[in-house]
Amino acid sequence: MSYTPEMRESIKKVEATRPTRLHETFPMMSPQEKQAILEKFHPDYKAESMREIRVGVSKGHRMPLELADVMEGASHLTSDLLDLERIDYDTDVLIIGGGGAGSSAALLARENGAKVIIANKLRHGDANTMMAQGGIQAADKPNDSPAIHYLDVMGGGHFANYPELVEVLVKDAPLVIKWLEDLGCMFDKEPDGTMRTIHGGGTSRKRMHSARDYSGAEIMRTLRDEVRSYPEDITVLEFAPAIELIMDDKGQVAGAVLLNMETGEHLVVRAKCTILATGGSGRLHYQGFATTNHYGATGDGLVLAYRVGAKLAFLDTMQYHPTGAAYPEQIVGLLVTEKVRGLGAQVCNIDGEQFVYPRETRDVEASAIIRECTERGKGVTTPSGMVGVWLDSPMIDLLHGPGTIERALPAMVRQFDRFDIDITKEPILVYPTLHYQNGGISLKPDGSTGVPNLFAAGEISGGVHGRNRLMGNSLLEVTVFGRRAGKAAALRAKEVKLGKLTLSHVDKWQRELEEAGIENPIKSPILLPDYRRKLR
Amino acid sequence: MAEELIPIFIMGKKYMVPSSLTIMKAMEYAGYQLIRGVGCRGGFCGACATVYRLPGDYRLQIGLACQTVVKPGMYLAQIPFYPARRADYCLAELEPTFQTVVKTYPELLRCLSCGTCTKVCPQGIDVKQYMADAMRGDIAAVADRSFDCIMCGLCVSRCPAEEVQPNIAILCRRLYGKYLSPRAEHLAERVAEIEAGKFDDDLAKMKSLSEEELRKMYNERDIEPE
Ligand SMILES: Cc1cc2nc3c(=O)[nH]c(=O)nc-3n(C[C@H](O)[C@H](O)[C@H](O)COP(=O)(O)OP(=O)(O)OC[C@H]3O[C@@H](n4cnc5c(N)ncnc54)[C@H](O)[C@@H]3O)c2cc1C
Ligand code: SF4
Ligand code: SF4
Ligand code: FES
Repeated sequence: MSYTPEMRESIKKVEATRPTRLHETFPMMSPQEKQAILEKFHPDYKAESMREIRVGVSKGHRMPLELADVMEGASHLTSDLLDLERIDYDTDVLIIGGGGAGSSAALLARENGAKVIIANKLRHGDANTMMAQGGIQAADKPNDSPAIHYLDVMGGGHFANYPELVEVLVKDAPLVIKWLEDLGCMFDKEPDGTMRTIHGGGTSRKRMHSARDYSGAEIMRTLRDEVRSYPEDITVLEFAPAIELIMDDKGQVAGAVLLNMETGEHLVVRAKCTILATGGSGRLHYQGFATTNHYGATGDGLVLAYRVGAKLAFLDTMQYHPTGAAYPEQIVGLLVTEKVRGLGAQVCNIDGEQFVYPRETRDVEASAIIRECTERGKGVTTPSGMVGVWLDSPMIDLLHGPGTIERALPAMVRQFDRFDIDITKEPILVYPTLHYQNGGISLKPDGSTGVPNLFAAGEISGGVHGRNRLMGNSLLEVTVFGRRAGKAAALRAKEVKLGKLTLSHVDKWQRELEEAGIENPIKSPILLPDYRRKLR
Repeated sequence: MAEELIPIFIMGKKYMVPSSLTIMKAMEYAGYQLIRGVGCRGGFCGACATVYRLPGDYRLQIGLACQTVVKPGMYLAQIPFYPARRADYCLAELEPTFQTVVKTYPELLRCLSCGTCTKVCPQGIDVKQYMADAMRGDIAAVADRSFDCIMCGLCVSRCPAEEVQPNIAILCRRLYGKYLSPRAEHLAERVAEIEAGKFDDDLAKMKSLSEEELRKMYNERDIEPE
């Protein structure tokens, strides 16, 4: 699976320019150039790829076609299908989705006195959080401050972010890193304990904390192990996704219906408060893009929340990560972490020329790569017809000393080595890939959603990142807002008096679909993507 | 050009699949809608442990279904779940010592140093060696050596001594991270500053700026050099 002779020819040119490039950095774009390239090349700016949603509280909100179809879907249930008097689980706080946000929420909810259930679609921890490689931001160095972090977040998000959310994000950041350190997370440190931090796209200070390039995995497995320390207080259900929220006759959210995916049985969970932490939606493959996301990233929580009246924010912006693998075929779309550029690797075209500053914000960087591969025709074509550009990974060892790549990027080295590509010696072919849902359910700083007793945290939410998230602010968001939602839900649960459970909102939703003339809607949430070959 | 199809055997049943697919995609091509045995699809979660044999080879081989390309005649089954005991413990109540590890997982000392675990690890981790480190009470060494473990359970499934290697490893990593690794002093200081409200005024000011003012500040901000 190593590179083809044609690709090797191009690699020779990359190698030839390397010695000079080591001392040159391509200039950053001006604000005007950035705007122009976004409008012309970023997938979000393709008008025909989006449409307005025709029903619900955020009627008229624009989003990708694929998401709109799912959001306007019909329920798997009707109100007469289930006897809600027969309750399978009764709890204070129900958390839907056990990634980083859900697990953080569970721990804080427990700490604040709640009995908790985490309902997972896959196994606990099979989640986007597990896949994050690059790291997590926090302004904890003397030359940095929460205010400087604030400015970076706002600028990265094109100043559309909700300021009150950004404020708590940057202010809680060092607290969260400390919390994780105390839970036993092995961050990369200098011998004296100083956090080893580097730049990420759009950062003005080196504040990216990492755990080799298994940063998300290290955080996820630590949180999961901590959750498992309290089996009396936190019940973990697996392969039991939520397929609808339950309400009560007072108009409050009161739990969810889960589906045992293996037996088809429906389970009724009654909960005083419910936290949605189902993550993103990369597996909807907007505009046919490959994705970095895990198998369960199908936007389920957005669907559930919207049917009970939660408002949406910024769902017309998706993040395309500039460097998805473009070769070999077997791993197309998988992430090549931004840390590779953070450590100094440059991006080059087929002739080995730089064409973009390597650490522009993701949307700008991705647009520049798309321009190089389309309008300028300077991409490298693979046998399967993918086009990509080179990410010159071998530079890293030249800049920081031999062995740096293996030490700092073991997951990347292994990923490519499995297909006979040695990224310490050869560059990596990359092309933008669908990575992150910038928007979602409109959130308040305590994790509440405006719908009584419904909270949300993590990638499912919208507002923190405005129109574009910076690397390392998402692992931060899931821990910051997971903790906040967990605490707020536990405290709120102490006051909640639930009424009679009902699914009447589902019938109402059905009528709305009919009135809007939406015919043959798909059933949603879709739960899993379907990659089966069409069988006879 | 139509892609070459090759025979593989999924739990004994023959299917013809394109030769370039990973085991995971080949199962989907064959018509399976996976529920178990799949998670991240990128080699990070350990959900897709798979065992297989190849024609004419007595050896049992292993791989991650999302990271392994099919081969002709591959005879395979996934192990999406393998029982492994997680001991009952709460990190905050433990001390970072050999005694802790042995008391938490007494079976540790039953390890025969046979090396089967090292042979099967899809991450290429020297599992036998980190078990040896654990038996010597070198928690830091276990933490370092086991760091890339994705908890797929393949080593557990093949161990003659019925060990739960990944669980012992995460216990050691957490003990190391919490108690043994040097503390980040600057972090503790920053936390104290935040709790004392040192940055509240700055942030309030930032929040009160107009978009124009923020934009100007952003475009003029100084960037820490490499
Ligand atoms: C490859 C990759 C690399 C990344 N790298 C970085 C990085 O370096 N730094 C950074 O800050 N961010 C990074 N991110 C982004 C970040 O990891 C995610 O945005 C974040 O972890 C999301 O956390 P979450 O808890 O909101 O969602 P997830 O971690 O995805 O968890 C959601 C969970 O909910 C489950 N679920 C879904 N639907 C249902 C349902 N109906 N019922 C029950 N459960 C359900 C899912 O299966 C999943 O387990 C990366 C993302 C990816 C994919
Ligand atoms: S397989 Fe089991 S007994 Fe053999 S070396 Fe590994 S842990 Fe020890
Ligand atoms: S050490 Fe064991 S559980 Fe961990 S990756 Fe290797 S085989 Fe899998
Ligand atoms: S699906 Fe996660 S490692 Fe293969």
